[in-house]
Amino acid sequence: MSSRVQTNLQKVLAAGHFAVTAEVGPPQGPNPEPVRAKAAILKGLADAYNVTDNQTAVVRMSSIAAAKILLDEGLEPVMQMTCRDRNRIAMQSDLLGASALGLKNVLALSGDHQKASGAGKLNGHPGAKNVYDVDSIQLLGIIKGLRDEARQQGGDAITEPAPFFIGAAWTPLGPPVEFRVPRLAKKIAAGADFVQTQAVFDLKAFAAQVKKAHEAGLTEKVAILAGIIVPRSAGMLTYMNKNVPGIEVPEALIARMKGAKDAKAEGMKVTVELIQAVRELPGVKGVHLQAIEAEELLAEVIPAAGLTPRPLV
Amino acid sequence: MIVAEWKPLPELLAGLKGYKNLLLVGCATCVAECAAGGEREVNTLAPTLHMALKNQGQDINIITRTLERACEPEFVEELAEIAPQVDAIMSLSCGIGMQLIAERFLDKPLLPGVNTTSLAIREAPGLWTARCRACGDCVLGETFGLCPVARCAKSLMNGPCGGTRKNGRCEVDENTDCIWYLIVERAKARGELESLNQVRQPKTWSNSAHGGPKRIVREDLRS
Ligand code: SF4
Ligand code: SF4
Repeated sequence: MSSRVQTNLQKVLAAGHFAVTAEVGPPQGPNPEPVRAKAAILKGLADAYNVTDNQTAVVRMSSIAAAKILLDEGLEPVMQMTCRDRNRIAMQSDLLGASALGLKNVLALSGDHQKASGAGKLNGHPGAKNVYDVDSIQLLGIIKGLRDEARQQGGDAITEPAPFFIGAAWTPLGPPVEFRVPRLAKKIAAGADFVQTQAVFDLKAFAAQVKKAHEAGLTEKVAILAGIIVPRSAGMLTYMNKNVPGIEVPEALIARMKGAKDAKAEGMKVTVELIQAVRELPGVKGVHLQAIEAEELLAEVIPAAGLTPRPLV
Repeated sequence: MIVAEWKPLPELLAGLKGYKNLLLVGCATCVAECAAGGEREVNTLAPTLHMALKNQGQDINIITRTLERACEPEFVEELAEIAPQVDAIMSLSCGIGMQLIAERFLDKPLLPGVNTTSLAIREAPGLWTARCRACGDCVLGETFGLCPVARCAKSLMNGPCGGTRKNGRCEVDENTDCIWYLIVERAKARGELESLNQVRQPKTWSNSAHGGPKRIVREDLRS
C-alpha cells in the first residue's frame, strides 16, 4: 500500500482496528438532500462509505458528485467506478477530478450489465451501448499507475501522483470457485489495497476461501472486508440465494428467519452473529455492511455488534 | 459465418410504401447458412410481402434473385439486367452485400430486409451463437480457444466477474454459458490453470472498429 495515501479507512486498517464500511446508493434525481439524509443516519457508524456507480445500470446521481456531498457532510466516501460506462480516457479524467475534490478511496468494479437494467423493477437502459474498454483488474492497474508512477495508461505523465487508496470487489463463492482466490491475487497484483466481498451468509464456505487466501499470503497484502447484508426476511434470503450470483445462503438460516416471530429483530441478531464470526477469521480486517435502502437498520446493528464508537485515527 | 436476422414484418412493409416493382435479393452464402436470406427465405418472404401489402391495398410486383455471394462485385453484376425494371431493391444479404448492391445501383433505394447481428456458428439446429467480434487483437491463444471478447457480456480479459451463476451461466442470460467459467474448465483440463493468473493489460482496440473505418492495405497484392 502506498504510504502517500492517508485516508481514514487506510489509517484505521493500518492501526489494526477492525474496519467498518457501509454503502450509500445515490438518488435517482438531482437533489442532494437524500444523500445528506442518509449521511445524517450513517455518520459516525463507519470508517468510510461506498458510493455506488449507477448500480444495476440505472441512472442515478454520479458517484463522484454523491461522494463529494458525503465528504462535505463529514463522511469519508469510497467512490465506486465501474467499467461499463467509461473508456480509459473518461476513467482517468474522472479519477483526477475525484482526487481534486478530495475523494481518495476508489473501488473498481466490472459493473452490472445494462441488459439486466433495473433488476426487472425499473426500465433502466437495456438498449444502451456499453464500453468495457478495460476490465476491473485493468482499471485497478490504471489507478495504481496514476498513484505510483504519476503516469496515464497511455504512458503520458500527469503533473503529480494522484493519491488513492485502491479497492476492489471479491466474490469468493462465485463459480468457478477454484479461480476466485487466484482472481483475488490478480486484483492485488494489479493494485488492490483492500477488497470488499460479496455478502457472506455461508460462513463455512467463506472461511474456507479466506483460509486459502490467507495461506497463499494474500491477506498480508490486502485488507479483506467481509460483505454483510442485513437480512430482513426469509423471502429476501431465498431470493438472494436463488438470484444473486456468488451469494450462498444455508437452508438452516432461511429456516431460522422463517421461524422467527420478529423477522427484523432476528435479522439484526443474524447480522451481529455474522459480524462476530467473520471477525474471528484470520485475514479478515473488517466488514462492509449493506442494508439495501434501509440505512436506519445500520444505525441499530453496528452499535449492537459493538462496533461503535469508530476509532479516531 | 456472418449471421443476420429478419427484420419485423411491419418494418419491412412500412419501408415498401409506394413502390410498385421490387427486386428482392438473397445471398447463398452466410445468410443462407443461417436461414435468414438464402434462396429459401427469399422465396418465402416474397409472397408474404405481396400478400400483406395487398391486404393494405398496395399492389406490388416482386422479382426475386439469389446471388452466389452478395459481397463480390462480379456476382452483384448479375442484377444489372433486372435492376432497371424495379423502383427499389430489398436485400436479405448481410450489411456488406447490401452496401455493394447499393453502390452498384446508385439510383435505386436499397432497403435492408435483415439485421446483421453477429459472427457466429450454428451450434445446434435452429441455434446460432456468437464466436468472434473481429476485435483486431486475437487472444484465443491465451484463453484456450474461447473468445472472451465476443462471448463474455463484459468482454473481460482477466477472469470471470462476480456474476457467474451457480450453474456456470452468465449473469446476463441464463441460457448462455459464462465463457470464463468454460475457459477455467478448459485450463483445468489441460492442467494449465496457472496460465490464467497473469494480469492481462488493457487491449488495443484500434486495429478494429475503434481505429476508425478499417482499411487493410497489402502492398504485395496491390498492382
Ligand atoms: S479475440 Fe478478437 S479476433 Fe479473436 S475470436 Fe475474439 S473477437 Fe475474434
Ligand atoms: S458472468 Fe461470465 S460471461 Fe457473463 S459477464 Fe460475467 S464473466 Fe462475462
